[in-house]
Parts: sequence; structure tokens; C-alpha cells
Amino acid sequence: MTINLEIPKKFKPLANQANQVATEVFRPISRKYDEAEHSYPKELDMLASLIDGMNEGSDIGGAGAAGVRREKGADGENRNGSNLSTVLGIIELCWGDVGLLLSMPRQGLGNSAIASVATEEQLKKYGGKWAAMAITEPEAGSDSAAIRATAELDGDEYVLNGEKIFVTSGDRADLIVVWASLDRSKGRAAIKSFIVERDNPGLKLDRLEHKLGIRASDTANFTLQDCRVPKEALLGDPEVKEKGFAGVMETFDNTRPLVAAMAVGVTRAALEETRRLLKQAGVKIDYDKPALSQHAAAARFLEMEADYEAAWLLTLQAAWMADNSKPNSLQASMAKAKAGRTGVGVTLGCVELCGSVGYGENELLEKWARDSKILDIFEGTQQIQLLIVARQLLKKTSAELR
Amino acid sequence: MSTTTENKGMAERGMGYGLRALNRLAGSDLLDRIRIRKQVENALFQGTKNGFRTATAAGRTFKAAQSLGKPARQKKGKSTGLFDLTPDDEQQMFQEGGRAFAEEKIRPAALKADDERETPKEILDQATELGVAMLGVPEELGGVMTEQSAVTSVLIGEALAHGDLGIAYAALAPGAAATAIGLWGSAEQEATYLPAFTGENVPAAALAILEPRPLFDPFELETKAKRKGEEWVLTGAKSLIARATECELFVIAADAEGIGPSLFVVESGAKGLTVEDEPAMGLRPAATGRLLIDKVKLPASALLGEGGMKAKDYAACVNRSRIAWCGLATGTAQAVLDYVIPYVNDRQAFGEPISNRQGVAFVVSDIGIESNAMRLATYRAASRADRGESCAREAALARRLCSQKGMKIGSDGVQLLGGHGFVKEHPVERWYRDLRAAGVMEGALLV
Repeated sequence: MTINLEIPKKFKPLANQANQVATEVFRPISRKYDEAEHSYPKELDMLASLIDGMNEGSDIGGAGAAGVRREKGADGENRNGSNLSTVLGIIELCWGDVGLLLSMPRQGLGNSAIASVATEEQLKKYGGKWAAMAITEPEAGSDSAAIRATAELDGDEYVLNGEKIFVTSGDRADLIVVWASLDRSKGRAAIKSFIVERDNPGLKLDRLEHKLGIRASDTANFTLQDCRVPKEALLGDPEVKEKGFAGVMETFDNTRPLVAAMAVGVTRAALEETRRLLKQAGVKIDYDKPALSQHAAAARFLEMEADYEAAWLLTLQAAWMADNSKPNSLQASMAKAKAGRTGVGVTLGCVELCGSVGYGENELLEKWARDSKILDIFEGTQQIQLLIVARQLLKKTSAELR
Repeated sequence: MSTTTENKGMAERGMGYGLRALNRLAGSDLLDRIRIRKQVENALFQGTKNGFRTATAAGRTFKAAQSLGKPARQKKGKSTGLFDLTPDDEQQMFQEGGRAFAEEKIRPAALKADDERETPKEILDQATELGVAMLGVPEELGGVMTEQSAVTSVLIGEALAHGDLGIAYAALAPGAAATAIGLWGSAEQEATYLPAFTGENVPAAALAILEPRPLFDPFELETKAKRKGEEWVLTGAKSLIARATECELFVIAADAEGIGPSLFVVESGAKGLTVEDEPAMGLRPAATGRLLIDKVKLPASALLGEGGMKAKDYAACVNRSRIAWCGLATGTAQAVLDYVIPYVNDRQAFGEPISNRQGVAFVVSDIGIESNAMRLATYRAASRADRGESCAREAALARRLCSQKGMKIGSDGVQLLGGHGFVKEHPVERWYRDLRAAGVMEGALLV
């Protein structure tokens, strides 16, 4: 036992592999799929199989979204497990391209939700499939307790009705994890998630969104019209209980560090590219010399890199706590908040530092500055993260601090 | 260097102000009318006494004990190769001891110490008992730590600064000189100076790097060491030294002719050393002073290390100092967070606690997020130093965070208390002043 905040030795090969994928597969097609929005990046099919293989073949979990499942560690021994390795993999892949990572078959946030709360039977049935996540509605964004979609039990089936928007990979996935209420009079306690097969006739694709960034990833809007799913498609506990919604939200304790990791990855990409371009311009960044005695661009760079370091460390902390079965809801939100705003601040700052070279489409800096914005929004906006952190620090209920 | 509370303001403005004001004051019947002439005269007397330069402390005689022949060094730390945020058992012991001491003794003494610019001797003695002066002393010379102890030093600094940053500086400053000698000193230098730091009567001592000028850069020193035959002649000035008038030993950074930035071990009795009082916005319990170095002649053996310091060792010294200040800033930032939480939960406005409003609550969130990040960045830099890995990048980034976010946290702490934060009834105004130091200080502390 000794304090150490370096990437664990045993995960270095994994991070290295992920970095090679980012370099050799993602970066070369990064611009192509930014321009060709809604066309499927077929290059990823082979890669997805490779990642499945990586996950199968190792006990440490891979770069996959399913790595967030919590397993009990033995006897207080320090554990570096799949939460940490997943975060490290995602950082590398998003250093390559965030949009392409989000388009990776079988690596959707729905997969993380399934991995977090599914029973062993559900895991068996839905394992190996690509699952998207459908929470947001036209009238319910951050306020997920206000969800209007309904689920009614009819014999051995639930009947789902409602409208879902902003479903990442919604068109390409095999499964959609849909959030709906069993009884709208019972508030958040009645909200459950249901696995819906993409080819269910009750699930109608309305349209695909045109976006600011992550354009390689499809974002779908659906209508659920008398969409029938078997009883077993409900994830977690079917009882309507006071703590039920907290259980659903627990998924996010596990997935927030993943989104934080995405932001960390794209931030590092922008910093590395900017360092290279500044060096060409004759600006040296010196870690010994006081920041304010250096070129203003170097001082600004150091400031941004310090925020990057902060976001990186908070993300690793949240993942490490999950690996060691420590409650990490606070740290997960801290990581998401810091990484989200750092991603936007740094990528936009790098564009400014590099001038027209940064702003133009010859380099990827402008693209990263567009891609990063979503990471401060989905899976809980900056403001929602600050709210969660504040409630925890101040020991407030959601009724007191709204 | 303390003066009594009522005449302090006058005394500290020093001689220039005192003389300029003297005529105006002496002729004023206002003083007699409000019957404070006696106090003002006393203030002027104190101002004269303290504002003038004083000789450095007489100091003890440091004599070489049995030299080991080759320098003793603490071992580098080992890593299990796993990411881990849990301190080891020994570190937890120091951390818990530091926390209890800070809560029971340091915090209650902080207001008075800040006001009087003096840390009570009792507190300094208790800090010595905690072992803070000998963390960097190798075991062979009476130290207690077999392995390098940057992380341990950070944990202790963080714990003490949760009580008060200025008192923490006063208590930890002597250990910086000892650690520098323990890390880079020759066998002879270690044998001469380190035993004094392992007993009860630890000398006040300082690692003097910072110089009094804007945009100070520790790698571009204006304090120069010129060669004169076998001797060195030092000239320059050093800023914000803790307990400067008490110091018996200085480890002084100077640009050594033909070598570059190096450290020199200088006893306080050396001819040409004087101390000037240098009060600042914060760090007041450390009774900061300026060291004036006027053609101080030193033997060849005063240059730290066998034949001087390598450039990378000097850089390591600068970085380890920055890490130490980050540790203190982290502790005080945590103190702000711990203080504002109950305050904003209790304070009522518009019929409910002000913490029910996002405009207030989100400021608390940001203090929580940034202070947590400051801590992690500091731990990372310190743990790399312990393992002998390069830590320049990590120390620089931790310093940026602790300087900027620390300052912001100090400001937010006052802001959340509003007018109440601006008055000395609450400690947040002190933390506002002290947290600014993390980005200003160079040297002075060492992990």
C-alpha cells in the first residue's frame, strides 16, 4: 500500500493497444465521417470484433462499455479492475475520435446500463448485442424524473408508449434501453428501464439529428407506439419502491466516469497537437520556469494542461473507487463536471492559440472543439453534476436544493 | 518579532513611514486629546526597534559528529505498480497525528498568532515532537524515515495547514533546511548539521530561494556567489523567510560562478548577514523577514554537496518546494470547504438557508471539485518524487492548480460569508490572505 497515481503497469499494454487503434483506425477516418454525417463507419465492424476479443481474452476487462459492472473485491486489498481499465481505454480511443468511439458496435451506454444492473439471465440473453440508451424526451432532459413515457403491464408483456429523443447510436444498435414510468402518479419511484429490440414494430424511428459535433455518431429520435416487450425485459427490480429511482440512477455513478474519460481523451488530443504547432512557431513550454515568466501562449498552455491533469486524476479516482467498491457518486460527478468543462475550455482555447490553423479544417483542432461540447451535456449536464456534488457536500435533499 | 496588538499597525509600517509621520504626529494635539500619545510613542519605539535591520541570531555552534565517509541517503520509494490513493500505515499515523494537533492546538491559536505575527513556542515544540523537522534526515543520522518522504511531508503539511497555513509554515520551515542537507549534502555537511534536527531543541532554519523582485525565477538568481581563491563570497537578498531573526542556519540559493544555481549552507553568525522585517499580507504567524547578504565570505565546504550541486538536483529542490506549498494550499482549501458548508446551511436569507440556492450551492461544489483535484495533483507529484521519477511536469501543473484554484477558493470562502467573511470574527479572511502565498513562494519548504 502506497500512494501511486500512475497508470497501473498491468494496463499499459491495453492503453497502448487502444492508442494504436486510435492512431491507425480512428484518426485516418476522423474527418471523413465528420463530413459524411449519418453514413455508417463500416471500418468499425472489424474493430468491434477485435475489442470483443480483447474483453474475452482478459480478466481485467477491456476498453468496452460493459467494464463498469461492479464486482466485490477481496478483503480490502487494493484493486485495479475493469472500471479503471475501461476508463483508460476510452481516454485513448477518444484521443483518436469521440464520435467514432460512440459509434463502436456493442459499446453503447445501454451496454453499460445492462452491465450495471442486469440479472445473470438478462446478461446471458442480451450479452454480445449493441445497446443504446433512451432517456431524454422533448419535455424531459436533465429532469429525468419528469419522464412521460409509460409502461403498462398487460399479461406477460409491458406496453410502452411515448417519445424519445437524442438516442446515441439509436439507429444502429440492436437494443434500446428505454426509460419509462410504470405509474406516473408515483413519481420517480415508478421509473424503470426496459430493453427493446431495435426491430420491434412498436418502435418507430422519426429522424436522425444533424449536429455540432460527434457527427460520426448517429443520434435518433423515436416514437414508441404500443410497443410490447416481454416482462423479462425490465432491468432491475420491477417493484415500485421509494429507493427504486436511486437504483436506476446508480447506473450513472458508473457511466459518468466514462464520459469524463471521453472528455479527458479529446482534451489531451488538442493539447498535444497545440504543443506541436506552438513548437513549430518557436514557443517552448518549460515546466521548471515560472509560467508567468514564459511566452503568454506557454503560460496559457500550462494553465490548460493543469486543468487537464485535474480532470484526468479526478476521472481515475472515480474509477478506482468503483473498482474498490467505495461509494463514488460524489467523485463521479466531480470528474464529469471537471472533465466536461475542461474539455470545452481547452479545445476552444487550443483553437484560439493556433489561430487560423486551429480554426481551419486542415487540422482536427476545430473538430475536437465541436466534438467536446456534447461531453459537458449528455449523461448529465455540467449544471446537473454541480447539483449532485452540492447536494452531497451540503447533505441536501433534491426537495431542498432544486 | 511580535509587538503588542494595539500598536502593531504602526510598528509594521517600518521606519520610513514612522519618520515621515513623526513630525506631523508629534505636533498634533489630537493625540493628547484622545489620550493615546503614550501608545503612539511606544509604537514608534517598537517601529524603530523592529524596522531597523537586526543582526541574525547568534546561533549555536554546529560541529561535525562522526562523519560516515559517504553521504547517507534515504532510499527511494517502491511502487506496487498499482494505482492507489490509500496512504500506508506510517503515513496514516503522521496524518492522524497532524490532524489532531491542527484541530486541538493550531486552529485555536491561529487568530492570535496571525495578529501578533508569532507562533507560540509551545506549538513549535509540539510540531517538533511530531517529527516534522527530521522527515528528511536519513536513518543513519538519527532520522526516523528509511524511505524518501515527500508524500508523508505533503500529508503532514496538508494536515497542519488545515489548522493554519501560516503556523504550518513556521513549524515546517526548519525541516526544509534539514531535508535539503539530507538529500544533497556531503557526508561532512550531514554530520555537521543534521544531528541538531533530530533532538528536542531543533534550531530555526530556512531554505532561502525567493528573492524580492517581480517575476522572480528561481533559475535566474540575482544572489551571486563569486569565487575568491578557495572561498565563496555571497551577495544578494532573500525574501519571506520564516522566523528570520531566530534562524540559526540558512541554506541559501545563489548563482555560483562557474556552476550555476546552487545551495550554500550558511550559519547565522556569518559576517555580512542581516535580517530585515518583512511583514506580508499573509503567513503572519511565521514572522517573515528578509535576509540581506552583503559580501558574506564562506569556505569552500559551504557549497552544498560534494563539489556543488548538479543542475538537475537544484531543479528537483525547486520542484519539491513547490510540491510542499501545494500540500499546504490543499489543506487550507479543505479548511475553507469544511468551514463554509455549515455556514451556508445555517445562514438564512429570504426565509431559507442560503445553501438552498444554486448560486450559493454551486460555489461550494466548485470548491469541492477543485480542492479535490489540487490534492490529487499534489499527491501525484510527491509520489513521483519519492520514487525518483521526474516530477517537473507534475509539480508545475500542481502549482498552477494550487495557485489559481487556491486563490479562487480563498476568495469564494470570503464571498460566501459576505460581510461576515471580511471581518476577523471568521477565519476565511485569513485563508484568503494565506492561500495567495502558494503561487508566490519559492523554496522555504521542502518535501
